[in-house]
Amino acid sequence: LFTLQVENVKLLDRYTNRKAANGTLYLTATHLIYVDASAEVRKETWILHHHIATVEKLPLTTAGYPLLIHCKNFHVAHFVIGQERDCHEVYTSLLKLSQPVKPEELYAFSYNPKMSKENREIGWKLIDLKVDYQRMGIPNDYWEITDVNKDYEVCNTYPPEIVVPRAANKAVVIGSSRFRSRGRIPVLSYLYKENNAAICRCSQPLSGFSARCLEDEQMLQAIREANPGSPFMYVVDTRPKLNAMANRAAGKGYENEDNYDNIRFKFIGIENIHVMRNSLQKLLEVCEMKSPSMSDFLTGLENSGWLRHIKAVMDAGVFLAKAVKDEKASVLVHCSDGWDRTAQVCSVASILLDPFYRTFKGFMVLIEKEWIAMGHKFSHRCGHLDGDPKEVSPVFTQFVECVWQLMQQFPCTFEFNERFLLEIHDHVYSCQFGNFLGTCHKEREDVKIFEKTHSLWPFLLQKKQELRNPLYRGFTAYKELQPNTLPFSFQFWCGMYNRFDKGMHPKQCVLDHLLSCVSQKVKLEDNASELENKLPCLDGPLPSEACSLSKVGSAASKTPMLNTPQDYEGEPPPVLSNGASAGDVDAVSDVDQKHKENLSRHRDLHDLNDTVDVLDSEAKDGKPQHH
Amino acid sequence: MEFAELIKTPRADNVVLHRPFYLAVEGTLCLTGHHLIFSSRRQDNAEELWLLHSNIDSIEKRFVGSLGTIVIKCKDLRIIQLDIPGMEECLNIASSIEALSTLDSVTLMYPFFYRPMFEIIEDGWRSFLPDQEFELLSSVTDEWRLSCINKEFSVCPSYPPVVIVPKSVDDEALRKVAMFRHGSRFPVLSYYHKKNGMVMMRSSQPLTGTNGRRCKEDEKLINATLRPGKRGYIIDTRSLNVAQQARAKGGGFEQEAHYPQWRRIHKCIERFNILQESLIKLVEACNDQSHNMDRWLSKLEASNWLTHIKEILTAACLAAQCIDREGASVLVHGTEGTDSTLQVTSLAQIILDPRCRTIRGFESLVVREWLQAGHPFQQRCAQSAYSNSKQKWEAPVFLLFLDCVWQILRQFPCSFEFNEQFLIMLFEHAYASQFGTFLGNNENERSKLKLVQKTMSLWSWVNRSEELSKFQNPLFEANSLVIWPSVAPQSLQLWEGVFLRWNRPSKFLDEAHEEMINIIKYNKELQAKVNALRRQLAEMETDDRMQENL
Repeated sequence: LFTLQVENVKLLDRYTNRKAANGTLYLTATHLIYVDASAEVRKETWILHHHIATVEKLPLTTAGYPLLIHCKNFHVAHFVIGQERDCHEVYTSLLKLSQPVKPEELYAFSYNPKMSKENREIGWKLIDLKVDYQRMGIPNDYWEITDVNKDYEVCNTYPPEIVVPRAANKAVVIGSSRFRSRGRIPVLSYLYKENNAAICRCSQPLSGFSARCLEDEQMLQAIREANPGSPFMYVVDTRPKLNAMANRAAGKGYENEDNYDNIRFKFIGIENIHVMRNSLQKLLEVCEMKSPSMSDFLTGLENSGWLRHIKAVMDAGVFLAKAVKDEKASVLVHCSDGWDRTAQVCSVASILLDPFYRTFKGFMVLIEKEWIAMGHKFSHRCGHLDGDPKEVSPVFTQFVECVWQLMQQFPCTFEFNERFLLEIHDHVYSCQFGNFLGTCHKEREDVKIFEKTHSLWPFLLQKKQELRNPLYRGFTAYKELQPNTLPFSFQFWCGMYNRFDKGMHPKQCVLDHLLSCVSQKVKLEDNASELENKLPCLDGPLPSEACSLSKVGSAASKTPMLNTPQDYEGEPPPVLSNGASAGDVDAVSDVDQKHKENLSRHRDLHDLNDTVDVLDSEAKDGKPQHH
Repeated sequence: MEFAELIKTPRADNVVLHRPFYLAVEGTLCLTGHHLIFSSRRQDNAEELWLLHSNIDSIEKRFVGSLGTIVIKCKDLRIIQLDIPGMEECLNIASSIEALSTLDSVTLMYPFFYRPMFEIIEDGWRSFLPDQEFELLSSVTDEWRLSCINKEFSVCPSYPPVVIVPKSVDDEALRKVAMFRHGSRFPVLSYYHKKNGMVMMRSSQPLTGTNGRRCKEDEKLINATLRPGKRGYIIDTRSLNVAQQARAKGGGFEQEAHYPQWRRIHKCIERFNILQESLIKLVEACNDQSHNMDRWLSKLEASNWLTHIKEILTAACLAAQCIDREGASVLVHGTEGTDSTLQVTSLAQIILDPRCRTIRGFESLVVREWLQAGHPFQQRCAQSAYSNSKQKWEAPVFLLFLDCVWQILRQFPCSFEFNEQFLIMLFEHAYASQFGTFLGNNENERSKLKLVQKTMSLWSWVNRSEELSKFQNPLFEANSLVIWPSVAPQSLQLWEGVFLRWNRPSKFLDEAHEEMINIIKYNKELQAKVNALRRQLAEMETDDRMQENL
C-alpha cells in the first residue's frame, strides 16, 4: 500500500518555536501522509501529490535534514528527516510523483469512488450548457447554437457547439476565424435578456499594422445588430495598451475603429500571466514571513501588486456589466488568446448581472461555460503535468478571489459560502476529477475523460449542506450587483493565502454557528410537528396547572441543548503541532473537529510565544539579581 | 455668557445640505446654543439633521460669488456641507458655529442643559461604584483593602477617592509611595485573576531620576502582591530608550537591583501627537477616493494606525499571558499611567475575564479603568481627526482601545454580549455627548463640576432595554475562557464601521446582520415552542397516568 515509509520525521510548526511533532511519513501512490506519533490523539496530515508545487531540500540542521513542501493550495509543510538517505529518497519520490509526465498518470484516472457507471455518466450530464443558453432565450431571432465547430475545424480550442449571431453565415464564421488568433472567433458568452445586449468573447485580431478582414468586420456588425436597441457596441481589449501595440509587430494586435462600423474601442489594462505569476509569488512570500511587522505586511502586500490586479479584473467586470445593463450596449471582449483575462472578465460580469450564477448550479455552469468549455488551459496554468513553468499562472485563482471579494460586499447574495470556492480551487489542482484536466474540450475528449473519470460537480453537491451560505436570501432578492471598487473595498484573503495557518483566523466561526443553526432548525421543526401530531391523540381532560407541575421540570430538562460550535465544555483538544492539521484532506467535512481545533486557543500567539520564549530563556540564564 | 451673543444669524433659508448617502436637499438652517438644526420642512420629517456643536471638529468656508459654502467635519468622522446663499449670512453662521463648537467652559456644554426625554430606571452614576467592585473582590480574597487615602483627592489628583491596595500596606506607606511615583499615581489593583490569584496592578513611572533614587515602601508595596518565591513582571509600555530618557526629567523605571523579584519588559506603545497624527493620516487616506490600490495601501501603511493596534494588543496579550500562563503578577505603567497603561490593563482584562465581555461588565471596565483611573478624556477627545490646532494633549487613546476590542470581537464573534455598534456608540459619546459621563479629565474634576447632580449619565440611557437591544450580539454565548487573539498582521483589519462608515453605504452588510439575527431568533423561538409542546405532552401523560391509577 505504501511506496515509502520513513520513521522519525518531524513536522515543524511554521510560526512557533514550539516542540515539533514527531512521527512517520508515508508515501502512497496519490498522497503523502504524515502521522504524528507524539500527539495523544492520532493526528494525520494528508497532502495530495498533485497539490505539491515545489519540494526543497534545505541545509542540514541539528534536528536533521529539512524538506520544505509548498502546495498549490497554499499549504506549506516543513518536515525534518533524520537520515540523509531517507530525505533524499522522499525528495526524489515526491518530485516524480508530483509532476507526472503523461495525462493517464493523473489521479482522476485511478480515482474510484465506487460509483456505478450510470451514476458516473449522469454526473457528467449534470451541467448542460445548452440549458443555460435556453435560459437566456437562445436560440432566438438573433442568436443560434451552431455545430459549425463539430470537427474542431473552425477552432480546436473551442467546444463543438458555439453561439453566434444568426446573421453570421458559415462563410463569415470561417473568414473571421482566419483573422483571429488561433481561430478563436467572437462567440456569445452571455445574453442579458432584458435588453438584448450581449457579452461576446474572442481572441485578438491578426490585424498587424494595417490588415483587415471583411468577414471579421461583418461578424462584429452581426453582433452589434443582434442588439437593435443600441447603435454601437464596445470592443474591449483587456490588455494594457502597450502590450497590445507590441503584438502588432507580430501580425496580431487590436481592432482599428475606422475599419469596424460603430464600435467603441477600449483598453482595460489587466496584466499578463507572467506578471500575475510573479505577483502571487511575492504575495506568498509576504504571507510566509515569520513575525512580520504591520508595515512589513502592508508594504509587502502593496509591492506584490496582487490586490491591484484583483481590482483590475473586478473593474473590467464592472465595466462590462454597466455597459450591458446601463448603456444597453453589447460588448466584445478579448485579450491575446482570449482564454485567460477574457475568461476572468466575462465570468465576473456574468456574476454581477445574473443571480443564477450566484447559485450552486449557476456557478458550476459558469465555470464549465467560460473556463472549461472555452479552453482555459487549466493543465498548463495549474501545472498538472511536468511542463513549462512559465505557462503556470493563477488566473483562475484570481477569478475565485473576485467572487470572494463580492461575497464580502454582498453577504446575502450567494447561495454558497467561502468553502465552496476553496473546494473548487482545491480540485482545480487536485486532478481527482476530470473536469479540469487538459487544456480544451478536444483534448479532454482525446484522453477520454468522460469515459474514464468522474465529474466534480455531483461530488460537491453532496456536500451542499456545509457549503451553503446560511445568509442567502434567495434567487430573487438581489438582481444585478454594483460592487464598490474603491481600493479600500478589497481585503486580503487570509482564508485562501494563509488558509492553513489556523491561528490567524477568527477563533470562533460565524459561518459554522449559523450552519449549525440551520441544521438545528430542521430538527426543531421536525420535533415541533411530531409533537403537535402527538398531542391531539392523547385523550382526556386538558392538564391543570397544579397537578402537573412536578413533571414540568424533568420534561423540560430532557430537551436537548443546542449543540452549538461555541460549546466550550470538556477538555481542550490535544496540542496541535502545526497550524495545518487534521482537516487537510477534507477541510470542511467535520465541522465539530474543526471547532475543537479552532479552540486550541493557546496555540495561536506567534509574537507572544516569541516573547514568552524570551522570558523563558532570560529566566533560565540566571542573572545574579534573580537569585 | 448668553449663547445668543454668539449666534449672529440664528436662521437661514434656502440652505442646501450635502451629506453622505443622501441626495442634496434644500431647507432651513437654525442655530441654537448647542445644536445645528437643518430641516427641509417636508411632511415626513425625514430630512432633518440635528448636530451637536461639540461634535464639530473643524469647519471650512469658501465662496463662489455670493454663494457661500461651509464644510463641517465632525468628530465622528462624518463630513457635511452647507450651501448658504448670501455672503453675510454665511460668514455669520460660520463664525457662530466656530464659536459654539469651541466653548472654553465645560459648564456651558450641552450635558449641563440636556433634559432627558426618557424615564430613568436606573441612575447610571450609581451603577458602578468602587465599593461594589471591592465586595466582589473580598468574596474571593482578603489580601486587599479599600483605602480612602485619596478621599479629598489630596494624595493623587487623578485618582478616585478610594483605591484598592494590598492589605499589608498602610496609608502612611502609600503616602510615601505616592511621592515616588509620577503624578502621585502609586500602584493600585487593576485586576484580580480568580483562576490563580494573580493580580495586575497599574501605576505611573517611578521617579528614580538620573541618580537612581529608590523607595523602600514602593518596593514593599509591589512585593506584597507576590507569592513567596514567586516572581512578577513589570510591563513598561515605553521602549527602553524612552524610559531611559525619562530619567533625565526625573522619571525612570524600576532598577533590577531594587526589584530583584521582578522582571521588566519594555514594549513601545506610542503616545500623544504620534497617535493623533496617525489618526489624521488614516482618516485622510480613507476619505480620499482618488487613490489607486498602491497609493491606498501605502497610505494605510504610512498612517501606522494598524501598527499601533498591533503594539497595544501585543502588550495586552503579554500582560494576560504573564498572569494566566506564567502564573505571575504584573505591574503595568508607562510615564503618567493614564494612557497606554490603561489600554494594556483594560484589554488584558477583556482577554482574561469573561465578565468584561458582557455589556455591564464592559461598562464597568470603562468606568474603572478609564474614567476612575483618570484617563484625561476632556483633553484627549477635545479634537478628532480633522483638528488643525496643534495642541499637544489630543490623542485617540480611547478610540485605539475600542478598535482593539473590535479586533478581538472580530476574532471571537461569539464571546461578546455587545456588538460593534456598542463600541461605535462609546466612541461617539467620548467625543461629543448629551451625557456628562465623559466630561472632565478625572474624578476630581468631575466632582468639582458636580456632574452627578447636574448632568445625566450615559449609562442611565444605555442600560434601558430599548437601547440595549440595539447593542446586543445575537451570537453571544457566555464562555468562561481566556480568549487569546491573534496579533499577526493578517488577523488585524481596518475598522470599517468607524473609518469607512461615511465612505461606503452599508446596506448589504446591514441586511446580512439582520438576516443573522433572524436566523438565531427563529431558532430560539422554535426551541421554546418545542419545549412548550414537550411540557404539554408530559403534563397530559401525567394526567393520563393519574387517571389510570385512580
